[in-house]
Amino acid sequence: MPIKRQTIRDHTAEANLFARRTIIALLVIGVTLGVIVSNLYSLQITQHEDYQTRSNGNRIKVLPVAPNRGLVLDRNGVILAENIPVFSLDIIPEEVDDLDATLTELTHILSLSEDDISDFRQALKGQRRFKPVSIKTRLNQQQVAQFAVHQHHFPGVSVNARLARYYPYGSALTHALGYVARINKRDLQKLQESGQDANYAATHDIGKQGIERFYETRLHGSVGYQQVEVNNQGRILRTLDFQPPTPGDDIVLNIDIELQLYIQSLLEGQRAAVIVTEPKTGAVLALYSNPSYDPNLFVHGISSKDYRGLLSSGGRPLINRATQGQYAPASTVKPLLAVVGLEQGLITPETTMTDRGRYSIPNVSHTWRDWKKWGHGKVDVVKSIEVSCNIFFYDLAYKLGIDTINASMSEFGFGDYTGIDLAEESDGIMPSRGWKRANTNEPWYIGDTIPVGIGQGFWTATPLQVNHAINILINHGQKVLPQILRGVKHNDEISLEGLKTARPIAVNDDKNWDLALRGMRGVVNNQEHGTARLAFKGTPYSSAGKSGTAQRFTVAQDEEYDAETVSAHLRDNAIYVGFAPYESPEISFTIVLENAGGGSSNAAPIARQIMDFYFRDRTPDIAQVEP
Amino acid sequence: MNRTVINPHYTSLLQRIHVDGVLLLGLICLMAVGLVTIYSAGGQDMALIQRQVVRLGLALVVMLVLAQIPPMAYRGMAIYFYIIGLLMLVAVLAVGVVGKGAQRWLDLGFMRFQPSEIMKLAVPMMVAWYISKFTLPPRSLHIGLGFLMVAIPTILIARQPDLGTSLLIASSGIFALFLAGMSWRLIGFVSILGGAFAPVMWFFLMKDYQKQRVLTFLNPESDPLGSGYHIIQSKIAIGSGGADGKGWLQGTQSQLEFLPERHTDFIFAVFSEEFGLYGILGLLGIYAFIILRGMWIAVRAQDAFSKLLAGSITLTFFVYVFVNMGMVSGLLPVVGVPLPLVSYGGTSMVTLLAGFGMLMSISTQKRLMSR
Repeated sequence: MPIKRQTIRDHTAEANLFARRTIIALLVIGVTLGVIVSNLYSLQITQHEDYQTRSNGNRIKVLPVAPNRGLVLDRNGVILAENIPVFSLDIIPEEVDDLDATLTELTHILSLSEDDISDFRQALKGQRRFKPVSIKTRLNQQQVAQFAVHQHHFPGVSVNARLARYYPYGSALTHALGYVARINKRDLQKLQESGQDANYAATHDIGKQGIERFYETRLHGSVGYQQVEVNNQGRILRTLDFQPPTPGDDIVLNIDIELQLYIQSLLEGQRAAVIVTEPKTGAVLALYSNPSYDPNLFVHGISSKDYRGLLSSGGRPLINRATQGQYAPASTVKPLLAVVGLEQGLITPETTMTDRGRYSIPNVSHTWRDWKKWGHGKVDVVKSIEVSCNIFFYDLAYKLGIDTINASMSEFGFGDYTGIDLAEESDGIMPSRGWKRANTNEPWYIGDTIPVGIGQGFWTATPLQVNHAINILINHGQKVLPQILRGVKHNDEISLEGLKTARPIAVNDDKNWDLALRGMRGVVNNQEHGTARLAFKGTPYSSAGKSGTAQRFTVAQDEEYDAETVSAHLRDNAIYVGFAPYESPEISFTIVLENAGGGSSNAAPIARQIMDFYFRDRTPDIAQVEP
Repeated sequence: MNRTVINPHYTSLLQRIHVDGVLLLGLICLMAVGLVTIYSAGGQDMALIQRQVVRLGLALVVMLVLAQIPPMAYRGMAIYFYIIGLLMLVAVLAVGVVGKGAQRWLDLGFMRFQPSEIMKLAVPMMVAWYISKFTLPPRSLHIGLGFLMVAIPTILIARQPDLGTSLLIASSGIFALFLAGMSWRLIGFVSILGGAFAPVMWFFLMKDYQKQRVLTFLNPESDPLGSGYHIIQSKIAIGSGGADGKGWLQGTQSQLEFLPERHTDFIFAVFSEEFGLYGILGLLGIYAFIILRGMWIAVRAQDAFSKLLAGSITLTFFVYVFVNMGMVSGLLPVVGVPLPLVSYGGTSMVTLLAGFGMLMSISTQKRLMSR
């Protein structure tokens, strides 16, 4: 046996050594446990709130809930814009056993197209399997019913509804009411800039045009929230809290839909604009531009084919002619200029001049002609309005000069926005020396002033501006801005919107207004020479007005204007402005018919029909018995 | 062997079947905590609980059987056990079954078997046997050879790769050497050597996914939805538990499945979320109780082999606890070490209770020999 090097074991010493090492090991364990506990203390006590927040962030998701958009009603409570359910067929992939078979069977029932199915398969990619994916949107009632019958064959397939905007009167109101459409990138950017993006988190559509756009904030309401608990897949397990959305306000318009529809029926085939207002309040009873288009097309995304059609249409339906169309106001401004002339003392009620059909000024070779070749003979200011004498107003313009005309007509709102509650508005051109210099780089010639006297030359205005100016005249200088919104409806009570006013036009002699208005009364009432007397024969109400014929085409010095030889879009625009009853005006209106010819012969009869319609069921304040 | 009972007053039923009652109490408490937590973490799945109960029963039977074998028998079989284990580790590298990106299993036809589990017991047995042949404290040569006995299986297992197990095996061997009285100078030297070895490991031994784990550990927020997701969600679970916890079955991180590996390696996060810091202190109390009892058994053991084996098994048990809690709470990189006797899972449970079986053998059989 080999000799063991091992010495005799000292069991006590070994046991003591082991015990010492054990104690050291236990000390190390103690320290290590201390480290672990202090780390846990830091996590669970010191940073507890932070981790609690992160834990809640994991499990709690806040889902926005879209508010219902407010309704739009007309002044009599007729619904002009409403929210109707649109149905979509949705599939929850994880609940469907055999997707291909399901799609095939669905095709038999609902005639799904190849596109529907390929779009669906595309949408399916990258989508959680428990989230519904639409296979067909905008089902009609029949399709909904057809699917409902077979629903029990299709687990995981369901019909879901969401509210979408619907305009029951279609094209009749498009330019006033506008429409909503899907929120696009630009809208989103604007919402972000105004800090409204959170409020629109669940909203599908936004007002793009008209009233829908202008009163977007009131109509939209405030977003609601649903606080839900989700698992790590994002599946909603339960609702923790629900904060209902605040629906948008129901708003009431000044528009009278029956009047609006009637006007639409009168203008078929015409490029035209009509505005009817209440002069006292500025309330817009009707605002129509023809041709129009169906706003419902835009709500669900207009097809590019339809949109191209609207863009390329010769009638340019996308333009709101009533507020954006710029026309020479023509003779409709004569009563306004008359007031200015009287105020300035350049003419008096007794001032007369003899109209022989031609007008010329010193040192200018050009002669300006009256619309009546041989002239109107001896005229004063009232008769000049009644017969729409050009020569009288050429001379008045000459005396006033462009600077005074510009300043005074600007007071009547020309060359500036009226402040109507629509974003789609043009400001027109109220010409001045500065304007001409800036736009044509030429000085203002005296010859430029003369046609301004009859609302032509460089002067353009929108039908709304003309109507607004006539309202100022009717109100003796008081300015009430045109307004489509009547008020907001809360629980069957309408809180009326306040009138919007501006600083009135001050005059030295209030009778000057009456003189101009008397001229307008004569236009329809003077049985000898009122230009529109024929159109208003025998009305049971009293009215006043002024026609205008705006040249679109300059006739050479010694030629006759012949409508037959001038191409259609260069023919004169027919304009008529008016109000009734004369003694206490309830309505005022402006009618522009593009390329229709003379104002009194073409636009005045339309005005007659509108007034007849308006007064048919009403008793005018002061009935006028015609001889 | 003399089985005559000298003093009948000291003979209880437990002692007759060689069960250390105190230790058993600690283990049963731990298992109960485990079942309660698994029930919550596993989505209240009774089938999961049943499987775990069957496993626990099986593991307890193994423990009971091993407790009947006297320590001297373990001493005698240590070297054979170790050699067989080594051969199987080599076999694993050669013909092992690949699963989860690692080659850890031997397919025996009727069952899959993980030889590294054998080594968890074979290595401390071998080192304890070898060192205890000589007087203590051991000489440097013997310590060196002891290290070699530890290093070979450690490297073989690290190659599979199974970082967690190789860590546990290395610890068990080193603990035996430490308890044997390895000189402090040598301990310092080995620590420096270990430090120098770390870069070698990083560049030559560690696989990419292991390196990624270490990087993730250093900065989990760098990839919060990718590799950092586990540890971030785990810390959220622990931190949101607070002092009192969210209550049993009320942990949102676990119940709503934000927490990965809920009923296995990350069960400590579930426990922490639902029972809070107070619960954790209670759990640590149970672990401390078991460890103290284990070390008590080691100190009271009759011979050097028993002391070293019992001490090594107990300290290794603590390493399980430390590494698991450390990784789940973000103190250590993620290595696959379960929370002992609490995590759901089979193999490690049987090995752990087998170790406690040996402890019980040491605890209950020494007196019979001594008197």
